[in-house]
Amino acid sequence: MPLASAAFALANQEGCMLDQPNQPSLLDIRGVCRSFPKGSGEELLVLEKVDLTLRSGEIVGLLGRSGSGKSTLLRIIAGLVAPSSGDAKCRGEAIKGPPNGVAMVFQSFALFPWLTVLQNVELGLEALGIDSAERRKRALAAIDLIGLDGFESAYPKELSGGMRQRVGFARALVVHPDLLLMDEPFSALDVLTAETLRTDLIDLWIEGRLPIKSVLMVTHNIEEAVLMCDRILVFSSNPGRVAAEIKVDLPHPRNRLDPMFRQLVDSIYARMTQRPEPKTPALEGIPGSGVGMILNHVSSNVLSGLIETLAGPPYNGHADLPVLAGHLQLEADEIFHLGEALQLLRFAQLSEGDLMLSDAGKRFAHLETDARKRLFAEHLVNYVPVMGLIRRVLDERPSHSAPAARFRNELEDYMSEDYADETLKTIVSWGRYAELFAYDEQSELFSLENPH
Amino acid sequence: MNLQDIRTPALGQVLRPNVWDVVALVLIIGTMVALVYGGEQTTLPLSTLDVNPVSLDPANLPLYALRTTMRMLLAIACSIVFTFIYAALAAKSRRAEIVLIPLLDILQSVPILGFLTFTVVFFLNLFPGKVLGAELACVFAIFTSQAWNMTFSMYQSMRNVPKDLEEASQSFHLTGWQRFWRLDVPFAMPGLIWNTMMSMSGGWFFVVASEAITVGNTTVTLPGIGSYVALAIQEKNLTAIGYAILAMLLVIIAYDQLLFRPVVAWADKFRFEQTASASAPTSWMLDLFRRTRALRALTYPFTALNRAVSNLHIGFPRLAAASKGGSERQSRVIDAVWLATILAGTGYAAWKSYQYLSATLDLSDVVTTIGYGFITLARVAVLIALATLIWVPIGVWIGLRPKLAERIQPLAQFLAAFPANLAFPVFVVIIVRFGLSPNIWLSPLMILGTQWYILFNVIAGASAFPTDLREAAGSFHLKGWRWWVKVVLPGIFPYYITGAITASGGSWNASIVAEVASWGDTHLTATGLGAYIAKATEAGDFPRVVLGIAIMCVLVTLFNRLLWRPLYAFGERRLRLG
Ligand SMILES: Nc1ncnc2c1ncn2[C@@H]1O[C@H](COP(=O)(O)OP(=O)(O)OP(=O)(O)O)[C@@H](O)[C@H]1O
Ligand SMILES: [Mg+2]
Repeated sequence: MPLASAAFALANQEGCMLDQPNQPSLLDIRGVCRSFPKGSGEELLVLEKVDLTLRSGEIVGLLGRSGSGKSTLLRIIAGLVAPSSGDAKCRGEAIKGPPNGVAMVFQSFALFPWLTVLQNVELGLEALGIDSAERRKRALAAIDLIGLDGFESAYPKELSGGMRQRVGFARALVVHPDLLLMDEPFSALDVLTAETLRTDLIDLWIEGRLPIKSVLMVTHNIEEAVLMCDRILVFSSNPGRVAAEIKVDLPHPRNRLDPMFRQLVDSIYARMTQRPEPKTPALEGIPGSGVGMILNHVSSNVLSGLIETLAGPPYNGHADLPVLAGHLQLEADEIFHLGEALQLLRFAQLSEGDLMLSDAGKRFAHLETDARKRLFAEHLVNYVPVMGLIRRVLDERPSHSAPAARFRNELEDYMSEDYADETLKTIVSWGRYAELFAYDEQSELFSLENPH
Repeated sequence: MNLQDIRTPALGQVLRPNVWDVVALVLIIGTMVALVYGGEQTTLPLSTLDVNPVSLDPANLPLYALRTTMRMLLAIACSIVFTFIYAALAAKSRRAEIVLIPLLDILQSVPILGFLTFTVVFFLNLFPGKVLGAELACVFAIFTSQAWNMTFSMYQSMRNVPKDLEEASQSFHLTGWQRFWRLDVPFAMPGLIWNTMMSMSGGWFFVVASEAITVGNTTVTLPGIGSYVALAIQEKNLTAIGYAILAMLLVIIAYDQLLFRPVVAWADKFRFEQTASASAPTSWMLDLFRRTRALRALTYPFTALNRAVSNLHIGFPRLAAASKGGSERQSRVIDAVWLATILAGTGYAAWKSYQYLSATLDLSDVVTTIGYGFITLARVAVLIALATLIWVPIGVWIGLRPKLAERIQPLAQFLAAFPANLAFPVFVVIIVRFGLSPNIWLSPLMILGTQWYILFNVIAGASAFPTDLREAAGSFHLKGWRWWVKVVLPGIFPYYITGAITASGGSWNASIVAEVASWGDTHLTATGLGAYIAKATEAGDFPRVVLGIAIMCVLVTLFNRLLWRPLYAFGERRLRLG
C-alpha cells in the first residue's frame, strides 16, 4: 500500500530531521529510584538512581538479569508505575500517567481476544478520538506494513504466536508513537519465529518505514540485544542500576557468525558473570550469602544433568557459557541461574564467562543415585545457610516439625514475597531430593519423618 | 439464594463469617423492617387487584405463558442493569467494596420467597390499587432470585482482568468508560452469561411461586402460569395442572432455543483463551441470523449503538484513593469517617430491628424458630445426601459414555430449569390419597427441582475426566470401590461440589413452598422453618417473618461458610485436573 508507506516515511523523515545533536532528548530519566513494599512491610529497592537519555533514531536495549528492574523501568517510562523519587521526562514533560507519543509492545502480546486483528489495531486510534475513515485507513496501512495482510478479520486465537506479536506491533505502530517500548517482545516465541520477526523489524527500521523515532527494548537475550540495538545498557541486580553502557557500531544487517559480533557477545557474557552481584541487599551487616539468599528454582534433575554434561566430552569439566547455552538451547539468564546454583553448592565455579566443575562436581557425576543424594545433602547443609537453619530447627524441636510460615517470615525480612515464594519452592524441592526433610503441602509443614 | 456463587470467597480468603457479614445481615434485616413498617402504616383495601380473575380454560394458557415470560425477561433486564452498576462500583471503589460485597453475600442467602412478603406490601403501597404494583412486586421477586450470582460473577471477573490487558488499555489512553466496555465487560461476558443462564433457570421457579401470593388479607393473583396452577390446586383440577406443565415445557424449550443458545454461541468469542477450542458451542438460531441478510440487518443498529456508546469519551471519576503524601492522610480520614458512618448505620439498624421485633416476640420465639431451622437443616442435609447417593453413580455412568452424555446433559439442564413447584400438586395428591406423613413425604419436594444440578454437574465432571487417567487406572487393574475412591470421585469432586452448593441453596428456598402444601381444602404442613415463614406470611405476621428469614439467612450463611466453601476450596486446590 504505497499510500501508507509514504505516510510512514514522512513521519520517520521528520524524526531524522529532528535528530540533531542539540535537540532536546526524547526521553530523560534522572536519578530515578523505585521501591516496592516487601512482605515484611519494609521497602525493597528495585531501581536505584537510574539515568537514561534517549535520542531520536536509536534502538536502545536494556539487558540484565531477572529481577534487576528492567520491566519496572519500562513501566515507569510508559507511565504505568510512578517513580519513588527522581525525574522522568518524556519530550521535556514530566511523566504522569501514560505519556502521549509512547506505545508499548507486550511480552504476552496483550491482545483483546474478543476483537479482530483490525479492531485490535484500531483500538489505540479510537482512544485518540480519530474518526472512523481515517482510523480504518491507518489501521490497514499498519497491518499491511507489518505483514498481516489477509488476517484483518481473524481473531487473535486463530493466529500463531508470531502473527499475534505482529498484531501487537501493528497496534503500537498505528498511533505513530515517537517512542516504542518493548518488554521482551520475542521471548514468548519459538526460536525461528522470533528470528524472522526480529529481522523483519530491523529491515523496516533501516529502510525508514517505521513511523517511530526511537525504540527502547528490554531483553535478557544477549545475542538479541547485540543483533538489534545501537546501544545496550547492562543492568546490575539488587538494586537495579545501570552497570555498563555498550555501543554497538556494527552495520545492519548484522551477522551472528561475524567474529566482531561473537566477540561482543562474549565480552557481555564475561561482564555479566565477572562480578556476580551479591543477590541480597546488604542490610545492616548481613552478608549477601546468609539465610536471606535468594534461591532461584532449578530442579535437582536439571542440576544433575548439567553436571553430567559438563563432566562428559566435549567439555570435560570446563565450558564456555555462550557455547553451553547454545548447545543446551538455553537463554543467557537460564544458564546463569544454573551456573550460579552449581557455584553456590560448590559443584562448579563461574568466572569470566566460563563454567568449571569442581572436584566435588566431578565426583558427583560418577556416583550412584543414593550416593549423589548424600553428597547433595551434605553440600546443601554446609553451603546453603537456610537449609542448615531448617535442619537445625527441625532437629531441635521436640515435634521435629515446623510450619513453612516460620521460615517464610524470616525470608521476607530480606526479599519480596515473590522471591520468598521462589526460594521456599527451591528449598522444598532440593530438600526433598536430598531427603533432608519432608514437606506436607496441605499443612505447609516441614518435618523430619519420611512420608512413608 | 437459589443459585449462589459462593465458590470463590470474596475479599481475600476469609472462610469464616467476618464482621462485615454481620454488618450486612443487620442492614438487610433493618431494611426489611423499614419496608414493612412503612407498609403496615398504610395497608389499604387491595381487593381491586382481583379484577381479572384467572380461568382454567387451556385456551388462555398461551397468553398466560406469554405474560409469565415477559415478567421473566423484564426481571433479567433489571438484573443485568443492576449487575453492571453494582459490580462496577464494588470493583472500582475500595470503600464501596467493603460494604457492597458482604451485602451481596448475605443477599444471596436471603430466602426470596420470604422476602416477597415485604416487597409485595411495599410495591402495592407504591401504586395503591393498581396492578402495576403487583406486577412490580413479582418482577422484583424474580429479580432478587437472579441478580446476586450474576453480580458476583461480574465483580469477580472485573477484579481478575488480566494485568497485561489492563496495562495495554492504559497505555493506549482508553478512558474509564471505554475501558469498561472494551475490557471489563467483554472479559466478564462468559461468566456473566453462564450465570444469567443459571439465574433464568432458577427464575422460573420464583415467577411461578410469586404470581399468586397471599400476604395477610391481601391476595395477589397475576395472570400467568403460576396463578393458573394455584387456581387448579384450589379447584382440584389435575388435568389443568397437566396443561400448565406442558405449557411450561414448551416455554422453556423456546427460550432455550431462541434466546440462550444463540447468546452462548455468540459469546464464545469472549472466552479468554489464546487457543481456539475444538468444539465451540453452536446454535441454529445464531447460524440463521448470521446467514440471513435481513435478520442480520436487524442487528446493525445495535452494533452501531454499541460502538457509539462504548466510544464515548467519558472519564470515570477517580474513585480509588490517591496514594501520595498529604492526600494519603486525607484518604485515611475519609476512610475513618466512612467506617464510622457504616458502623453508626449498622448500630441504628440493629437497634431499630431489635425494637421492632422485641415488641411482639420474646426469647422463646427465637429459640423455637432456631429449633425449626435445625429441622429444616436436617431435611436439607438428608436430601442432599440422598440425591448424592442416587445421582453421583448415575451421573458418572452417563458422563463416561460421551454419546449418552451428549443426549442426557441438555435434559438434565432442562429439568433444572423446570419450575418444580408446578409438579408439587401431583405429589400432594399422592400424599393425600395414601395418607402419608407430611413431615417425611413433603420433604422430597424441596429437592425435586434442584437435584438436577447435582446430576448435570457430575455428568460434566465425568465427561471431562481425562481418558489417559482412566486408561492408567484400567491398566493397574483398579476396580470396585478402589476405582471409585481413588480415581473417579476425586476427579469429579470439584464439579460435584458446584452442583451440591446450588442444589442446597435451592432447597432452602424451596422449603418455604414445599413444607406447606394444599390440595383443594386439604392443607398439609411439615414442621420446619419453611412452613414457619410460609404461615407467618399468610397470617401477615411480619415480626415472625423477619425472624424466620433472619434465622434462615444465618443458617444458610453458616452452612455455606463452614461446609461448602472449605470443601470447594479443597477441591479446587487439590483435585482440579489440568
Ligand atoms: N508491583 C510490584 N509490587 C512488588 N514488587 C514488584 C512489583 N513489580 C516488580 N516488583 C519487584 O521488582 C523487582 C524487579 O522486577 P522487574 O519485573 O522490573 O524485573 P525484570 O528485570 O523485568 O525481570 P525479568 O527479566 O524477570 O522480567 C522484582 O523483585 C519484583 O518482584
Ligand atoms: Mg521483566
